[in-house]
Order: sequence, then structure tokens, then C-alpha cells
Amino acid sequence: MKEWHSMTIAVLVGLTVRWAVSLNSYSGAGKPPMFGDYEAQRHWQEITLNLPVQEWYFNSSDNNLQYWGLDYPPLTAYHSLLCAYVAEFINPDWVALHTSRGYESDHHKLFMRSTVFIADLMIYIPAVVLYCCYLKETSPRKKIANAFCILLYPGLLLIDYGHFQYNCVSLGLTLWGVLGLSYDWDILGSLAFCLALNYKQMELYHSLPFFCFLLGKCLKKDLKGKGLLLLIKLITTVVAAFALCWLPFFTQLEQTMQVLRRLFPVGRGLFEDKVANFWCSLNVLLKIKSLLSPHTQLMFSFALTFLSLLPACLKLTLQPSLRGFKYALVSCALSFFLFSFQVHEKSILLVSLPVCLILNEVPFMSIWFLLVSTFSMLPLLLKDQLALASVGTTLGFGVACASSFSIFENISEEELQLRSFSVYVRRHIPGFKVPAKMLKTWFLVSVTMMSLLTLTSITVEPPHKLPDLFPVLVCLVSCLHFLLFLIYFNVIILWDHRNGRSQKKIN
Amino acid sequence: MAASGAAVRGGGRAFLSLALGVSLLKCLLIPAYYSTDFEVHRNWLAITHSLPVSRWYYEATSEWTLDYPPFFAWFEYTLSHIAKVFDPEMLNIQNLNYASPRTVLFQRFSVIFTDVLFIYSVYECCKCIEGKKAGKELTEKPTFILSVLLLWNFGLLIVDHIHFQYNGFLFGLMLLSVARLFQKRHLEGAFLFAILLHFKHIYLYVAPAYGIYLLRSYCFTADKPDGSVTWSSFSFLRLIALGFIVCFVSALSLGPFIAMNQLPQVISRLFPFKRGLCHAYWAPNFWALYNALDKMLCIIGLKYNLLDPKKIAKASMTSGLVQQFQHVVLPSVTPLATLICTVIAMLPSIFCLWFKPQGPRGFLRCLIVCALSSFMFGWHVHEKAILLAILPMSLLSVGKPQDAAIYLLLTTTGHYSLFPLLFTAPEFPIKVLLMLLFTVYSFSSLKTLFRKEKLLNWMETIYLVGLGPLEICCELVFPFTPWKLKYPFIPLFLTSVYCAAGITYAWFRLSVSMLPGPAVSKAKLQ
Repeated sequence: MKEWHSMTIAVLVGLTVRWAVSLNSYSGAGKPPMFGDYEAQRHWQEITLNLPVQEWYFNSSDNNLQYWGLDYPPLTAYHSLLCAYVAEFINPDWVALHTSRGYESDHHKLFMRSTVFIADLMIYIPAVVLYCCYLKETSPRKKIANAFCILLYPGLLLIDYGHFQYNCVSLGLTLWGVLGLSYDWDILGSLAFCLALNYKQMELYHSLPFFCFLLGKCLKKDLKGKGLLLLIKLITTVVAAFALCWLPFFTQLEQTMQVLRRLFPVGRGLFEDKVANFWCSLNVLLKIKSLLSPHTQLMFSFALTFLSLLPACLKLTLQPSLRGFKYALVSCALSFFLFSFQVHEKSILLVSLPVCLILNEVPFMSIWFLLVSTFSMLPLLLKDQLALASVGTTLGFGVACASSFSIFENISEEELQLRSFSVYVRRHIPGFKVPAKMLKTWFLVSVTMMSLLTLTSITVEPPHKLPDLFPVLVCLVSCLHFLLFLIYFNVIILWDHRNGRSQKKIN
Repeated sequence: MAASGAAVRGGGRAFLSLALGVSLLKCLLIPAYYSTDFEVHRNWLAITHSLPVSRWYYEATSEWTLDYPPFFAWFEYTLSHIAKVFDPEMLNIQNLNYASPRTVLFQRFSVIFTDVLFIYSVYECCKCIEGKKAGKELTEKPTFILSVLLLWNFGLLIVDHIHFQYNGFLFGLMLLSVARLFQKRHLEGAFLFAILLHFKHIYLYVAPAYGIYLLRSYCFTADKPDGSVTWSSFSFLRLIALGFIVCFVSALSLGPFIAMNQLPQVISRLFPFKRGLCHAYWAPNFWALYNALDKMLCIIGLKYNLLDPKKIAKASMTSGLVQQFQHVVLPSVTPLATLICTVIAMLPSIFCLWFKPQGPRGFLRCLIVCALSSFMFGWHVHEKAILLAILPMSLLSVGKPQDAAIYLLLTTTGHYSLFPLLFTAPEFPIKVLLMLLFTVYSFSSLKTLFRKEKLLNWMETIYLVGLGPLEICCELVFPFTPWKLKYPFIPLFLTSVYCAAGITYAWFRLSVSMLPGPAVSKAKLQ
């Protein structure tokens, strides 16, 4: 079969599954007075359409910030405005000021779902296809298998098409950024990433690797000549992109400050709900939220995040390589997710995206991570009545991965990218070996545990004294996994000599 | 040996992934739209569960009375015992249009789980169909392609898992019986088919092929060298065995109703001839073309004052949704006329099956011709009946390039003609995407399989490409035009007539392919 036929089929399967998931319920369906993220997005359309730009982020009689006030950067607001124009054209009731609050109908759901579908089709999916088509040292079959698995990743699918959000836009733009950087179109790459950052401030999780990689590139090119030129070009691009996005808000200082305050709500606390990160898990044993003052919490989380980021970022700046860049994206996003302030359970998607990028390099570990990441959002998905869709898509993803990558046959030292690490350890502890067999057992144990927890969460009522028993268990299990994954990815980054050497050869 | 063992294992794994994948997709379709057939089956669950057998075929609280043969009623009876666990309320006959989430879940899952039989039959079929040459890559092997074409069949997916029906396991029974005939296990095949007939009597369409094939190739044990029948080789024992099987199954199914003296009532439920020639949406067959011609002649006649407008019933002109279509110019069609047309259409292929039997492949071809002829000329045919030809045709398509070409024409047109089944907006992208998925796959895989041959000529290609603009006009452009209120039937009319042309063409080509080829090609073969 021709290559592009297979790719078309892979994309079509991805699209079909997406739309099938979108037939399900969305967050906060029929739950007044606050509803959920679906209503938030609709409300933003209402606000951006009916109010002048200056009032979007300010509390007023027409714009109650307590009710889903806009707290995403300007690009999201513009996107909402664009959707609002279309909505107004179809049915003005959908976006009428005040009266449209909590508007729900089958037609409106169809409209909202198609806005996500179109955004996905225009931004995320082409980026995935292009990324996979230009993977180096990969057979055509593997490229298609890779694209197929990435497109079927259930986490993003369930959040965007089930729960309702537009993560495909910000993640897609980031992916365009990675694509740009892979082909040495640094300007375009950084432009795409700036747009991503202006769409969703959570993209900051990815910003450090982008910064370090580009800085490292400039340093390597010699800061006095070509490097300086590149640096200036990059700075200009970034400043111009930001200025363009923020133009309406630069008229007054108060405007800019208000937007920033809305984007970074420090007052909302260390974490909300049940999120599978370090602080929430620690909270089970030690009530840090009451023990420490908010300020100390902020300092602690900042320090821990910084420390866990540092090795990967330093290594990337000193030895910039594309491969290192991808791993750094994973490890930095994971550090942010685990240790930073005010993390949402959905932020794990920011880690999943770069993990998808290394799917072909460490298939076993990546698939494991992607399964855990979907599992970590289980409480949220169950609340949105997406149990069936979650189980269905996760099993489907498992089947797709198992038939595309023979996962259990790829757990050698070499396949796990741990060769240089074990060589290093063997110098101190002779006879050290990566426990590949044991990893397989662990994987099976972990998958069984997750399946059992999923099953009990769906079917069993929790005991009265511990209503949050299952969500907390889900958090603890996922957090433990994430911590181990953080160590694993950092080991790969720090003991990665291969690239440094091959880069030198090329130079 | 080791390599071939690995290949078999790889093939088995791929098959398992395909089957699991499509089952999971079916699970994802659970919240999708379902048609009144959902209520039909819920009502049957209620009838069989709460009434004694003697009243099953008399009960008429709901308009959806039991009109399938007894085995299907027993099937519903069995299901109802599981349904009790999910939601006993759905088993109440008075609860019309009851559809609690648990009811939906149960009904949908019952379809998905009974499809296991279909999956098993596909597996059996793949084992006995040795297609052209074996390609190097697993995904280019005929068995792999065949399993995708059957398991991921677009029509079956939308009819069973969105529209809601139980065709999966019924087609499973049919394919299994075909596979058994291929494996020379004739009695088993006959037994399965007899059971199938008592599940759903629409399979009577293909009964002639079974009857003639079993009589000719099983009851006669030897052929003359030129392929004609050796009358002396007739085996009475085999005929008696076959007869016993058929009678036994029929007795099991209809016996109780004969004992209760209810046979006429059962028969009258199974064959409701009071319905019109065509369904509300004309199935794309010969009668759709006939109706269209009648309408065109009527319009021309009115324009040139050849017809008296007063004599024409107004209803027949404005609405396509009238059940009883009245012909104006051409003679009206009676059920007997459709029966005669169907028999005439089947006869050539039946004759070939008798005089030039070509083994199980010849039988399969004849079966498809019978199914397609019944679809073309039958009385009150549903558009869904096209699956009866499409699914067995998949088996032939991986064998010869000519069959692959017919298959592509037939499936693409036939599947497109199923589009009006799903008219709700949220399902529009699903049907388009699934259709694209299946069409792209069938075209690219069969073209890869028959790399050297050109499958479709330019006319056929243009016809198939034309389906795209037709869909855009009918579902995307037409609803926004002022004609929508005045002539709401135009999209259905266009779809039905356009598809009828393609299916008629495919039927014609298939019938011709059944006839023995010219002497030249025979000489080549020898």
C-alpha cells in the first residue's frame, strides 16, 4: 500500500475516534449554577463578542470575574471572539450578553464540538503528521505506526472532545515550534512557540527547554559572529510576537497588570482538587497547606521546581542537540507538573506531548507513561461521565500500540537508551545490569493496578468516611509513577554522550 | 517452517488487533443516535419476556409487532433474562419508547457481544479463502485485506451500531455456513443456513443458490469429464440427510406454532404484502429507476399537455414519503410481477450453477447474484438489504481483479446509498469519516493486491467520484436553498436514482461474470 494511503487511513481513524468521543457528555452538562469548562468557553465567547477589549479582563457589572472570568492569554480571547462571530451568525442566542448564561442545546453542543474539531484539524493533526513523516532513521511503516499512536493518545482526545477544552491549539502550536527547530528554521519555530505561549500560559512548562536550546545554539555558533545575529533575530521575533498579541492591552499599564494578575492567580493556593503531583500526594501524609504559610509554600515549590529543572537545562544549554531538546521538554514539563504552584490535573497533557515525540525512541517507557497519564485524569473523566469513552479509547490506544510496536521485545539496555548510564555505573559496581525482566513485571503490575483501580472507581461506592478514597489512591499511584519517570528521563539526559560526539563529528 | 509459524502467529495477532479495535470503536458509538429499530427490539424483548409463546405473534400494543421468525423471538427471550439485571422496566410492554441509559447500554452491548460470532466466522472465512498470490508484507496478504473488509465494513457498522439492528451475528451465521461449504462440510453448512433462515427470513433471497448447489454438488457425487451431471451418481442417503436437517430445524422453529394452529398468523406477520413496492426512501434498485422514469414521463406529459392534470393524484407528485407510490404513465407493479422479475434475474446464474458447477466459488458467486437480483427486483426492499450482497462479495474481491472491480463499484455505491439512514447532524461527520476510511482502504488495498491490472475504467471512476459532489449538494447545499420546503424529497430522490444506476451496472457485470466465458479464455485455462 502506498505510504500516503496508510497515513490517510491513520488520520481518518484518529478523526473518527475523536468525533465518536465528542458524542459523549461534556464537563458540567446540566449542572447549574457554575456548569463547567464547556460553559467557560461559551462564556468567553459571550464576553469577547459583547464587551470592548479593555473590559475583557476587568470585573464589571457586565463581566463577573467570579463566573468563569477570562484567565487565559489574549490569543485564547481572540480565538473565542472568532468563534463568537460564527456563533452569532448561526444563532445570536448562543452568545447574547447575560441571557445566554448556561445555554445548552444539542445544536450548540454540535457547534462547540466542531470548533474543537476544526482547530484540531488545522493545527494539531498536520503537525503530528509532518513530525512523523520527517522522523530520521525510521522506516515508512514505523512512521505511520508512530503517527497512528500519537493521534490515538486518549488523554488529549478525552479532554478536548469529552471534557471540552482547546488543548489541541496550544499543544499543536508547540509541536509546530519543535518542528521549526528541528529544521533549523529557528525564527519560525520560536514564533510558533510564542503563539502557543500566548494561547495558554501553561505552555511556560515548555519554555525553558526552548530557551536553553536556542541559547545553546547561539553560544555554539560563537556569540561574537553568527551567534549574536541569530540571538538578535530571535529576540526580535519573540518581542514582536508578544507585542502583536498584547497590543490592545499595552495602552495602559493597569491593563497589562490586570491581565497578568488574571493569568497567574497566585492566591489560589498550592494545588486544587486532586492532582497527581508531589504536593497533593504529600498532603495525604502531611497537611502542608495548613502547616506552611502561602508564601513559604510558594518559595518551597519554586525552589523544588528550579532544582529539578536545573540539570536538564544546564546540559541542554551546554550541549544543545535536538534529541536532548526533546528529552528536556519531557523532563522540564514533568518537573513543573510535579513541583510547581497551582497545577491542574489536565496539565499532564503538557508532559504527554513531548513524550509522544520520543515514542519511537523509547516505545516501552513512552507507552507506559502515556497510559499512566491518562489514568491520572480518571477522577476528572468520571466526573464528566466519560467512563465508557475513557476505557474504550485507552484500550484502543493499548491495542494500537501493541500492534504497532512490539513493546515487550524492546526492553534491552540499548532500547531503553540506558547503555551509557549502565557503563558508567559498572565502573563503580561491577556486574550492574539494567533489570529488563523486572521492568516487564513492574509494567504488568502497574497496568493491573491501574485497571483494578479504574474498575473499582467506576463500580464501587467509596466508604462514607472516605468519600475521596479512590481519587486519592489514583493520585498517589500516578504520582509515584511520575516521580520514577522523572528520574528515568533525567538519567537519559545526563548520561547522553552519543549526541555530543556525533555533533562534533558533523562539525 | 519456523518462519511460516511466525507468519501465522503474526497474522493471528493482526486479526485479533483488528477485531478488538473495531469492537472498541463500536463501544465508542454507544451514545450515538439510534433509530426506531431500537424501540422495535426493546418491544420484542418485552413481548417475549412477559407473554406466553402462544401470544407472541398476536400481541399488538406497540405498532412494532414481532415480524421475525421464531428463532429470533427465542433469541430475544434469552436476551431478556440478561436485560432483567440491567433494567427490568424495559421489559414492560406498556413502556413504549422506553430508553433509560441502562437500557441503551444493554441493547448496544448485546449487539457488540453477539458480533463475536461474526468475528469468528470472518476468521473461518479467511482461513478458507486463498486469494491471489501471497504478498511479502502481512498487510498486503489477501487474508489480512479480507479480514479488514469484513470486520470494518462500513455498512455493518452504521446499520448495527448506530442505526441499531442485529445483522452482525446473522451475517456471521451466513458467512460461517459459506465457510463450511468451502471446507466441504456440507451438512454443517446446510444446518447453519437452515437456522439462519429461521432467525431472519430475508435470507430466503439466497436460498435458491443453497438449494441448487447442495443438490448438484453434494447429492450428486460425480461429474462427467465435461462438467455435466452424472445422473447415476445420485446419492439418496445424502438427500435424505439434507432433508432431515432442514425439516428438523423447521420443526424446532415452527413446530410449536403449528401445534397451536398459529401458522397462518405467523406467516402473515412475516410477509406483510400490504406495504408498498418501495420503502419510504427508495432502495436504489430497478424500481427506483422505474419510478423515476414514471415521474419524468409524467412531467414531460404535463408540459406538453399529453396528460390530464386532474387525473393525476397530487400526492404522488409532491412527496417522496408516501408509502403507496402511484404510477401515472407506466403500469403499476404487483408483488407477483416483482417475484417473476426476480426469478428471471436469478435464472441464468442458477442454470450455470447446475450445468457448469465451479465448486464453492461458483456457489458463492451465484449466492451474490441471487442476493443482488432480489435486491434489484424484490417487493418492498430496504436499502439495508444491499449488505446481503456486499459482505459475501468481499470474499470474491480478493480473488480476481474483475471481481475486485465489481466489488469496489458495488460497495462504494451501496454504502453511499445507506447515508440517508443517518440523517441527524451529530452523526454526519461519523458517517462521512467512516465511509472515507472504508473506501480509501478498500481502494488502496485492492489496488495494491492487483498491482498490474487496471481495476476501473474512466467511466466507472467518474461515476464513483460523482458521489462526492452529490453528497455535498444533497446534505450541505440543498438544506440552505429555498427548494428545501417545496421539494423536500429531492435529495433522497437523487441519491436513490444515482445509486440505482451504479448498482444496476454492478449487478449486470456480476451476472455476466457468472456466465461461462468465451471459448478462447477456456482454451487458455486448459
